[in-house]
Amino acid sequence: MTRFFTLLLHGDRHADRVVPPTGHTAWLTSFTAGAMTFLAVFALALSLASGRMADRWSDALARTATVRISAPADQLDFQTRAVLDVLATTPGVESARAMTDEEQRKLLEPWFGPDLPVDALPIPRLVELTEASDGYDSEGLRQRLAAEAPGAVLDDHTRWRRPLATAAGRLRLLGLASILLIGVTMAAMITLAANASLAANAQVIQVLRLVGARDTYIVRAFVRRFTFRALAGSAAGALAAMIGVALLPSADAAGGFLTGLGFTGWGWLLPLALPLLAALVAFFATRTAAFQKLKELP
Amino acid sequence: MIAFENVAYNYGGGELLSDMSLRLAPGSFHFLTGPSGSGKSTFLKLCYAELKPTAGHVTLFDREVRTLARDDVAQMRRRIGVVHQDCQFLDHLPLAANVTLPLTVSDREVSPEDVGDLLGWVGLRHLADALPPQLSGGERQRAAVARAVIIGPDVILADEPTGNLDWELSLRLLKLLVELNRMGKTIVVATHDMNLIRQTKSQVAARVLRIQNRRIQLAGADL
Repeated sequence: MTRFFTLLLHGDRHADRVVPPTGHTAWLTSFTAGAMTFLAVFALALSLASGRMADRWSDALARTATVRISAPADQLDFQTRAVLDVLATTPGVESARAMTDEEQRKLLEPWFGPDLPVDALPIPRLVELTEASDGYDSEGLRQRLAAEAPGAVLDDHTRWRRPLATAAGRLRLLGLASILLIGVTMAAMITLAANASLAANAQVIQVLRLVGARDTYIVRAFVRRFTFRALAGSAAGALAAMIGVALLPSADAAGGFLTGLGFTGWGWLLPLALPLLAALVAFFATRTAAFQKLKELP
Repeated sequence: MIAFENVAYNYGGGELLSDMSLRLAPGSFHFLTGPSGSGKSTFLKLCYAELKPTAGHVTLFDREVRTLARDDVAQMRRRIGVVHQDCQFLDHLPLAANVTLPLTVSDREVSPEDVGDLLGWVGLRHLADALPPQLSGGERQRAAVARAVIIGPDVILADEPTGNLDWELSLRLLKLLVELNRMGKTIVVATHDMNLIRQTKSQVAARVLRIQNRRIQLAGADL
């Protein structure tokens, strides 16, 4: 196998020449590798973006929580102080503060407009807390809050954070599964192309066997050709897809999920690995197909 | 060198060859005759392990053919030069590359001088760069002989090598084979041309084998 790889990389002028160039299989292999790599780059971008999003959401939400205090107006300040006192003495709570009327107005502004009379409406008071790195006992805190401030409800975001993180994680897996499927499809297509080429060159193979060529020699000639075709096609596909990803709308222009659908930093190097993977897939697909086909011959 | 022991071959539609036993000694010259479809080509294919016998034993260079792995078969074929009636060239390669194919597939050095000398021996030096489809029938047959001998085989098998040639070219080709036999090569020529056999027998001690009724016989007096 080592000698096989060495000859594959260094080339064998004679082995390359014995197989006549076959137009349609060359085109099919390069096109398949190019198209599949193009799709794989987008699947990779999707997967990386989902991963980043899942991490960002988890980080942003995991360390904050909110205490909502709904109480009659004459008890609101009292219960707010009680909540702040409880939080100040709760292990694992780094800081806590009551949101101002102005901050609450801004939170409600998207729904009710800028002129919302917060003072005149029975809006609950919100207390924002940040947890320390070792976290707090949410159930214990709930019980203490219920005892000290009956109108206080702890919302640690778990209820809606978990499905979001799960969805993002699954999206990442879906991206990776897509890359795997694309790889398998590419292997199948290249196997078909290699089989077609082997069938078209049955006479050549027969002559080579007749003059004493070993199977490895014949296989090498085909494998080298298909591997380099796949590499070239895949490199073109990867380049085109990277340009496509680079041209996606920027964060300012589009916002939301699409802003993250791209590569950042070293991530731009990852698509460059896909042509090498495509070449490996082509190498093993052609090698397997060629050995299998040769076994059918005397 | 090549030995058959009670060999039979069945294509699936009945037995083509049966109960064949013979031994091809080193340096011998054999003609193989018989009517069309009698199994001459099948006999030769058994000799270079293109086919395996359905019964009996074929031994090539002291090894039973059935026990040979695919790489062993390739190795054996480097000791057996085959000349086909249709020559079997790679049409996209020039003549010189076709003739040197047995050397290139066995990763052996190809000396341009040696190739030139060999092509000169068969009278094709000036056609070294020509593609096979550009050659005449006689030129192709002589090129096939050159390809068969370039690796220095012990045995040369020729299947109807003069089938497409006129009398003069046929004699010229046979002369090449006789020269090879004098160099110590074992030669087997399948042909149905009795005049050619008579002509050659005057130059070399050749045995004539005839396939008749699925069996091989030693012929002689009736030629």
